[in-house]
Formats: sequence, structure tokens, C-alpha cells
Amino acid sequence: MSEDNHEPSRTKVPMPIATLSDPHMGDAARNPQRAEGIIAVILVVAIVFIAGFGAAYWQNWNPWIIGGTLGLGLFLLGFGLTAWGKYLMPQGPFVEERHVLASSPEERDSMAAALVERSTVVVKRRKLLGGLFAIGAGIFGIVALFPLLRSLGPVPGTSLDTSDWRKGRVLVDSSGRSVTRDTLVVGGIMTVYPAGLQNTDQGQAVDQTVLIRVQDSNLVTAKGRETWAPDGYVAYSKVCTHLGCPVGLYEQQLELLVCPCHQSMFNVRNGAIPQFGPAPRPLPQLPLYFDTDGILKAQAGFDQAVGPGFFERTTTQENGT
Amino acid sequence: MSPALPTAKTKKQALGPYGRVSGVVNELDDRLGLAKGGRVFLDKIFPDHWSFMLGEIALYSFVVLIATGIFLALYFVPSANEIIYHGSYAPLRGQRVSEAFNSTVNISFGVRGGLLVRQMHHWAADIFVASIVVHMARIFFTGAFRKPRELNWVIGTLMLILAILEGFIGYSLPDDLISGTGLRIGYSIVESIPFVGSYLGTFLWGGQFPGTGVIIPRFYIIHVLIIPLVLFGLLGAHLGLLVRQKHTQFKGPGRTETNVVGSPMFPTFMAKTTGFLFMVVGATALLGAFAQINPIWQFGSYEASKISYAVQPDWYMGWLDGALRIMPAWEFAGWGHTVPLEVFLPAVIFPGLIFNIAFVWPALERRMTGDNELHNLLDRPRDRPKRTAAGAAMLALLFVLFAASSTDVLANYFRLSLNFVLWSFRILTFVVPVVVAFVTYGICKEMQGVQGIGKRKRAVIVHRSVTGEYTTTPTPPRPGDGPEEMEPEPVPERIDISPLAAPVLTASRESSPTGARQVSR
Repeated sequence: MSEDNHEPSRTKVPMPIATLSDPHMGDAARNPQRAEGIIAVILVVAIVFIAGFGAAYWQNWNPWIIGGTLGLGLFLLGFGLTAWGKYLMPQGPFVEERHVLASSPEERDSMAAALVERSTVVVKRRKLLGGLFAIGAGIFGIVALFPLLRSLGPVPGTSLDTSDWRKGRVLVDSSGRSVTRDTLVVGGIMTVYPAGLQNTDQGQAVDQTVLIRVQDSNLVTAKGRETWAPDGYVAYSKVCTHLGCPVGLYEQQLELLVCPCHQSMFNVRNGAIPQFGPAPRPLPQLPLYFDTDGILKAQAGFDQAVGPGFFERTTTQENGT
Repeated sequence: MSPALPTAKTKKQALGPYGRVSGVVNELDDRLGLAKGGRVFLDKIFPDHWSFMLGEIALYSFVVLIATGIFLALYFVPSANEIIYHGSYAPLRGQRVSEAFNSTVNISFGVRGGLLVRQMHHWAADIFVASIVVHMARIFFTGAFRKPRELNWVIGTLMLILAILEGFIGYSLPDDLISGTGLRIGYSIVESIPFVGSYLGTFLWGGQFPGTGVIIPRFYIIHVLIIPLVLFGLLGAHLGLLVRQKHTQFKGPGRTETNVVGSPMFPTFMAKTTGFLFMVVGATALLGAFAQINPIWQFGSYEASKISYAVQPDWYMGWLDGALRIMPAWEFAGWGHTVPLEVFLPAVIFPGLIFNIAFVWPALERRMTGDNELHNLLDRPRDRPKRTAAGAAMLALLFVLFAASSTDVLANYFRLSLNFVLWSFRILTFVVPVVVAFVTYGICKEMQGVQGIGKRKRAVIVHRSVTGEYTTTPTPPRPGDGPEEMEPEPVPERIDISPLAAPVLTASRESSPTGARQVSR
């Protein structure tokens, strides 16, 4: 076969010609020398920039010189090539017929026939085997899914409900200094962690608590919280109940804690009830007391899970007491 | 055949009349049989319309992403382990940072060209998603998704979802303060899903947020291997279907449902599109050089108790952030369970709804119009006012939500109350799409009634006679008018544009002596 293909007597295929006067050539092609000249200049400038990029990279000049030369060089190179294609090559309209994608009715029927007949005659005859295989594969699918997911990480259990705050835990700042009665001035704010956990992921992400000193020396934020804010020191979980961002802004005049992510605002005076924004629940409040040495400690843990809602969350959780 | 030894002359003849190229073609065709199909491919017609370039931008920014991504992968360390920064950026020295953050700062300041490549990568990601969206809008408004191309529409929508996911995950990898906060929000969104949310969260993160340091390496392998691999496969299917089903085209002289009119693959389209590839790379490099993006060394390494103010995620996450902001605080609590609807509805249900509308739209429209025909000619948007109105309303909704992701910045900048801005957006979210739908519908109807709309108007010269009568005479045709009027013809077998070539002998069905590559099938 290849011998035939390589017959030396083959000659060039005669073809019709599109010329410069062909209407498929754009106007620029009427004066091709000029167009070619302009494109050549563009390409030469591109070459200069690309060489400049090489030099800039070699010499480790500023990133903007490296990027500027690279960008201009490649852009102009592409621009020149595109211009060549647009102005000096034959443009449409040329036409190409579409294939008919569809097969003939006979071919369709033949495929359907094969599917139907072979499955009824060959496959369905052994219903037991087919059924057993389907059951096996199905069980494997279910069995494989759960252990595979499970091996990624632990089940949540009660880990989402609890923080590390316990009765008697000392409140410390990020460098481990504990809080005394005069650590904060009125209107002051700081972030505190359970002592020893200030540099851990868990302490940073879950236990982070914002401590504020308000004017009122015996602030009662809600009924049953009469002793929670000694000397005006009031503490709330810093994890926003909307999406878990740290509630990092404090509006001192209005005594509002503001979450910078989605602008939920929590009133410090009434137990951090959300006053504005998408947060659905108050920030949990941490009950505080000063021990006999004047060190600020937690009376108990938070009375509910901190942070955003999740399905297993209940509103009546007690922990850490 | 005589067993004569081959001479230089017989060897040359054996190659065929086109020298070495013939030789290569012969060798390849012996093994792959590609000459016939190859010739058809060289003549493949690409319609000449600017809007067909939008998908090319997506393709070429994907090329930039792969190339710059390979570079970055050589230096990035996907680890959440904490180390002390000792690099060249003085303000960070001595701080505890994660290895991921440390290596990203080192790419920016320690690796030659690293900052440029990092910024190109980030810009290309933003351009990638943007061009997919604009390309998708073109496909939608012109009805290019109709039968037989529904599957390609679905593949494209899948690629958009993957591109957004890929962007978000890549943005999270440097472990800086901003992206870490984004990841925290991502965890809370996963956690909000009823029944399975908290399990999914602890599985993915290896425990309660921030987990056990597994999320960065997991996201890394998803970002550099798994999603790109799936994208590659879908891209192949997308382009394969495009070649198999051929391009759509706008209505025009000689353009029918059974042909494609435009310029041939080789050399015209090849030159234009290769040039365009270089232009996209060049433009990305210029952005990377001159427009700073994501300066993570200013943000610092992520610490869960720290936060920045007035930061937005990358643009393609904006609509979700806006939806989260304007959603009222409707948490459901009862029967010992909590469903955070204020998160679950805007961040899970809403995007699910939007993408599902996109997935089923071709089928939906087929059912609503009862049109089950094959369509290769595109609609003008004005000719399908209902579809155009629906698409415009959808874009308007997404744009309002996008704008709503900056309520705090807008309130500050315009010195308005945040409450006023928030409520404005809540109302606008419902009002603007409806208004846009009606206005779009009206404009489409109006345009349908205008004679000769969409046609390039030939300028006329107005004469006033001495008696006050006005007459007009048309001006000669301007550049650009010509090809529109030409009758499409098959690709000439031979394209020779040297000025010395024989004068006008253009290809036409009658004048082609060989009969090869004529209208067939």
C-alpha cells in the first residue's frame, strides 16, 4: 500500500488561487509593504522587550521591570502575529458544510436492538447473578464511603460544645500575663485566653475571649449573672455566632462589640444580645471573679457552645462548671 | 518493483511533490492515517465574531495558571507548622508564622521573579473566572446552549463551579490573616449544613476549626492536582464537543443551519489565536508587574483571634458574601437541634439553586418553548426577549449581591447609616432584577420594531435644493463594509498571496478543477 502512495509520478495538486486582489484580503493587504513594515516594527520592539526581560531577569532587577518587559514583549509579539493574521491573511467568508451528527434510523434501531435483546436474552436470564453482583457493588459503595470519610478526621462528638474554660482558670493575654484589677482602664478592651493555652490553636480559635472594662462597677448583663462582671470586667466569647470571625472591633461610646466580617453588633451591657446584623445569638458570657490575690479567673466555663450554629447544637448545654 | 538501490533522486521523488513536508505527512499517515482528517482540520472554519474570543481568554488564562502554578509549586511549602520568620522582609522577622506563609513570603521576596509570578497567578485566576462568566453570558444570550449543545453548556457550568472552588482554595493556601479568616468562614458554612455539617467539618479539617494542621496540605493537593485534573478532562470534552458539533454562527448572508462561515484554521485563525494567547499572557504579566494583588506580608500569618477590617474576598466570592450580609438572623432552634438558616440558606442553598438553574436551563427552555429542533444559527438577544430578560435579571441579582458585599465600605465612604445601606440592599436584591427584566424585555421589543437594526448604516449625504426639498445620496462603501456583502465560498485549495501570483482566480465551486474539498457530505 505504501508503495502505491510513494509513486514517484505524483505531481502537485492543482488548486485555485486566492490573490492579493481577492476580496478575502483586507484593505491593508492592498498595500502589503506598508502593513508588513508596521507589523515588523511591532515585532522588533517586542524582540527588544523580550531581550530586555532576559537581561532584567539575569540581573535580578525590580519585579516591575522584569514583569513590564515580559508583559510588553509578549503582548507586542502576540499583537504583531494577530495583526499579521488579521490584515495580511485571507479572511472569511469561507464556508464549510456541517456533518449530519445523527445516524440513520436503521443504525439507531440496531444499537437499541443490541442493547435490549442482549440484555433480555443474555443478562436477564441469570437474574440471580446480576442481583448478587448489584448487591455486592452497592454494599461496597456504602461501606467504602463512610470509612473513607471517617479516616479523614474524628467525629465531632462533644468537641464542638466545649471550650477549655473551667472553674478557676486564670485569664491571660497572648503573652501569658494574667489580669488584675487595674490591668484595664474603663473603656479598655483586650483578648484573653485560658492560662497555658494562649499560644495553642485551640486556645486561639475556640477559647479566645474578649475582656472589656465598663464604667459600671457591678454590671448585671442579665438575670442570674449578678456576680459575673466584677469591677466592671465583663468577658464574652470572641467567636462570632454568625460565621466564627473574631469579634475584633469595640465601639466604646455605644459599648457595642462589632464583627468586622459581616457587621454583627453585640451590646456589651445586656449580655451581648445581637443588636444589628446577621448574627443569630448572643456571644456566650464568661463568668469572672477576682481571687484573693486579685487575679482574674473564670467562675465556670461558657454555659453554651461558642461560635456559629451547627445541627447538634442545643440551647441548654452546660459545661465546664 | 525492481530491487534497484535508492538514489538521491528516487528518494526525493518518493517523498512526494512537497519535499520534506510530504515525507513527514507520509510517515505520519502510514501510522495514524491522519492526512484526510488533517486536511479537513486545516480547513476548519472559525466564525469571525469578536464574541467567540471570550472563551479563548478563559482557555489562555488557564494556560497562564498552569505555567505560573508549576513555578509556584517548586517553592511553596504546604504546611501549617509554625516556624520563626527569618527572611528578607524586616517587619516580619522574629514572628511566628506557618511554613505555608513563610514560603509564600519567600516566593515574593526571595525567589527571583517570584513576586511577579505569584501576582500573575492571582490575576490569571481572577481573569479565568471572569472570562468564563462573560463567555457563559454570551452563550446564554445568543442561545448557543440549545440542542445539540446542552451537554457542553453543562460541562461549562461545571467548569465555572470548579474554577470558583479552585480559586477559593488557592487563595486560602498562603495562610495569611485574610485568607485564614475566609477559611474560618468556609468551615462555618460547612458546619451549617443540617445532619452532616459538623461531621464534614471535622473530617475535612481533622477536628474542630482550625483542626490539626491538615487542611493546608489537603487543600494543596486538591488545588494543584485534583481540581486541575478534572478541569483538564472537562476542558478536553468541552473542546472535543466543540470540534465535533462545530461552531455556532450568527445569521448573515450565506450562513445557514447546515454550514459554518468564517476563516480557516490554518493559517488565518492559527495566527490570530496564537497571537491572542501571547497577548493574554502579556496582559497578565503587565498586571502582575504593575498592579499589586494580595500583599500577604502586610496581612501577616493567620491567627484565629486576629482579624482585619473592610476586606473582601476575591471578586467571584463577592455575591456569596453579599448574600450572607443581607440575610436576616433567622436561626432555627428546636427539638434539641440548631439549623443556622442565616448561613445555610444564603451560602449553601442559594448558590446551589443558582447553579442548578444554570444546569437545567437548556432543558427548561426546551420544555417552555416546545422547541426540540437542532440549532446552529445563533439568536440575536433582542429576538428572544424573554430569555434575554431572564438572563439580565439573573446578572442583575448577582451584581446587586456582589455590591452588597461591601455594605460597610459603602456606608463609610458615603457617610450613610449602615442600617440604611443594609436595608437598601435587601430591597434592591428583589427590586432590581424585576425592574431589569421588564426594562430588558421592553428594550428588546422596541429594537425588534426598528427597521434595519443591527445593520451597519451606510452614511448618506443630504442635499437641500433651492426650493427647500431634501434628497439623499448614499456614500461609497467604507472599509469593513465589503466582506459582509460577500457570498461565502469554500476554502481555496491553494492560498498564494504573493503579489507576483497569477491574477484573480478565486476559488469557487465551479472553477475548482480538482473537485477536492468541495461542499460534500
